[in-house]
Amino acid sequence: MLLASPGQLISVSDVASDPQVSAMIDEARAYPQNFGRAEEIYLMKPDLVLVGEYSRTQAAEMLERLGVPVLRLPFARSMEDVAEGIRLLGQALGRAAEAEAMAADFEARLATLRAEVRSNPRAALYSANGYTTGRLSLSGQILLAAGFSNVADEAGIPIGGNLPMERLVMAEPDLLITAAPYPGASRSEDVLRHPAVQAMRAAQTSKMISSNDWVCGTPYVLRAIETLAGERRALDAQDRAGEAGQ
Amino acid sequence: MSVLTLDRLSVTLRTRSIFSNVSLRVAPGEFVGLIGPNGAGKTTLMRAALGLIPSTGRSSLAALTARDRARAVAWMPQSREIAWPIPVERLVALGAEAAGHSPTGRAGQTAIEAAMSRMGLTSYKGRAASRLSGGEQARALIARALAQDTPLLMADEPIAGLDPAHQISTMEVFAALAAEGRAALVSLHDLGLAARHCTRLVLLAEGGILADGTPAEVLTPENMARAFGVSVWHRQTGDGPIFQPLEVL
Amino acid sequence: MRLLFIILILLVAGLFVAGLTVGPADTGFTEALAALVNGGDGPLPLVMREIRLPRALLAVMVGAGLGLSGAALQGYLRNPLAEPGLIGVSNAAALGAVVVIHAGLVASGTLALPFAALGGALIGVFLVLALAGAQGGSLTLILAGIAISALAGALTSLVLNLSPNPFAASEIVFWMMGSLADRSIVHVGLLLPFVLVGGAMILSLARGLDALTLGEDAAETMGYSLTRLRLVLVIGVAAIVGGATAVAGAIGFVGLVVPHILRPFVGAQPSRLLWASALGGAVMLQMADILVRVILPERDLKLGVVTAIVGAPLFLHLIVKTRRESGGGLA
Repeated sequence: MLLASPGQLISVSDVASDPQVSAMIDEARAYPQNFGRAEEIYLMKPDLVLVGEYSRTQAAEMLERLGVPVLRLPFARSMEDVAEGIRLLGQALGRAAEAEAMAADFEARLATLRAEVRSNPRAALYSANGYTTGRLSLSGQILLAAGFSNVADEAGIPIGGNLPMERLVMAEPDLLITAAPYPGASRSEDVLRHPAVQAMRAAQTSKMISSNDWVCGTPYVLRAIETLAGERRALDAQDRAGEAGQ
Repeated sequence: MSVLTLDRLSVTLRTRSIFSNVSLRVAPGEFVGLIGPNGAGKTTLMRAALGLIPSTGRSSLAALTARDRARAVAWMPQSREIAWPIPVERLVALGAEAAGHSPTGRAGQTAIEAAMSRMGLTSYKGRAASRLSGGEQARALIARALAQDTPLLMADEPIAGLDPAHQISTMEVFAALAAEGRAALVSLHDLGLAARHCTRLVLLAEGGILADGTPAEVLTPENMARAFGVSVWHRQTGDGPIFQPLEVL
Repeated sequence: MRLLFIILILLVAGLFVAGLTVGPADTGFTEALAALVNGGDGPLPLVMREIRLPRALLAVMVGAGLGLSGAALQGYLRNPLAEPGLIGVSNAAALGAVVVIHAGLVASGTLALPFAALGGALIGVFLVLALAGAQGGSLTLILAGIAISALAGALTSLVLNLSPNPFAASEIVFWMMGSLADRSIVHVGLLLPFVLVGGAMILSLARGLDALTLGEDAAETMGYSLTRLRLVLVIGVAAIVGGATAVAGAIGFVGLVVPHILRPFVGAQPSRLLWASALGGAVMLQMADILVRVILPERDLKLGVVTAIVGAPLFLHLIVKTRRESGGGLA
């Protein structure tokens, strides 16, 4: 949506309108919605179908058999992947120049953010079912870019996995970042309301919640990094105040 | 005085009348054999008398609370179910518990030991009841009923499936109880044993009591032809009455 | 007999301490217990008091409840195959819990949840007793159990699939297999009244269950009202299984394995088996919960997996034995 020229994009998936995972719901509402089903997309007769590397693989294969060109956008796991993705999409849409500008801007802003990092407070990402993500995931990269070290890496979880709650508590992170709760209660999200987690949060000044900016490899990840960097600066100030007080 | 009074008792299952207007009194000292062809309703009559199934009319036992009934009558169903391999002594103790005794108290211990020795089970105390032979199980179950120490014992075909020695000794136990002043109401198919041991027979047939009296009064050729459709041979001998069904008429 | 109880109580206590000191976070044995008792600052007291203590307490309560329910159901139905999980009561309870959570009626951790699970369990027990009854043989019981389990399980999956919450579908495993991971002291408080009330109800039936050894008619004429006994049993079992399932999911086989192993040691008496199975259930579930933490701590292995691996072969053995004893047919 950020790259396409008017009229070029004819439909977006329903996921784009989900406030939990999409950073562009208002923009998405302007387009007809699809539900990622092969037959509805085929009937729209598109010149190109964009899919995520791991999503709707069966529908994508079906469309290819029907002769519709399909571009699989690689799943972004790092900041470099984000810029790469922007350039790739630009080529596919015939808007390479705009894409190059966007990617260059992204890289420049990222470099500025990275340059100001001086301390490395420790943060933990913690979501439903005690799932955490490590260095080799996009959220892990966002943490690193904002100057935090990741508790998941200390626990030996490079990509993502289950972090037992007691190890989270024992790790004593400076910042705990949990996911925003989804509508409708679930047993999986109980862990976020566990008294032990609540006690950790109460001890921290920040109540950081990850948002839809974190999910996809778009320039919006910069917004997430900027917010996080603000948290880091606040923690730094706290430390300095603490040291000055002693 | 009687230990059981039935007054115009009737049972209807769905729309079928099993029996109607049965009136009966059992007094202490009586050993009553309840006889009749298959399907005449012997089991149903006894269960209705106990209040285990709904009936119309009146039964002195059905009117009691569950606890009072347990002190008035001990019931041995035909199934002889023993679900778990509990020790024989424990099985017999169930009867003492139902009588309100603590199985470890003196009264309870006395009742349990008396019942076990009467049934010849003293050497079986610790054996798993459900793993005994059929005859031994039947004896253990009678001992349980004896330990309940009630004025009336009711049993549904207690000698079915037993060998002759067990059949005779079981009938002798009931007769002895009656002689001691307690009472027994027992359904039977073996008319020969009924004739020899019971003090009184009740013939249930055609939806009601066809005959009621001493074995000689009930086991007449007419009654036997009408209720069972068989001819019989019946003699009083020096060894007591001998009764033998002969042929289907 | 007394020896058995001493051994079981020592096992429960020993495993309780073991459960408190075993976990993914490396903690010394003495430091851990000191942090639990003395409290203080830092993460260790938080881990001990808010994470491990509730978990250990829940393992004891859920295990004891399931063992007791299994022994009571077996005593009533006079069938060693009766078990809350196998006859569908646990799944029905899970369905009740899942419906209220995912209909957005309650958050997990509120009192309405165990009550909803109790409602589900009540329906489950009533259905089993209506279908299999006390006269029904093993075959009817197992068939009724399969039908109720499958139906409740399918409806649970349906509710979870329809939920707007993306984690709901992945919770099917939790509700079917059970887990005590990351439960809190809140859940201990929720479960306790259900286990205490249900347990007291079931234990009050001890003598009646003994009498039932000789069948329904015999028990009835030995002074035990079967109507009352059945009602108390159904509510007691539903309270325990409902409460346990609401906080820990449907954990199967505990109520099967424990009474089966302990029956010979209590002279097969249903009344004594109640107490023994409650203690034995606490032992078995604590062992299983320690195992899931030791074997694959990172994988959140489900408790029901461990109990089923132990329980299912035993279940098959019991079926073969039942078939042999009844001379070929299961009924």
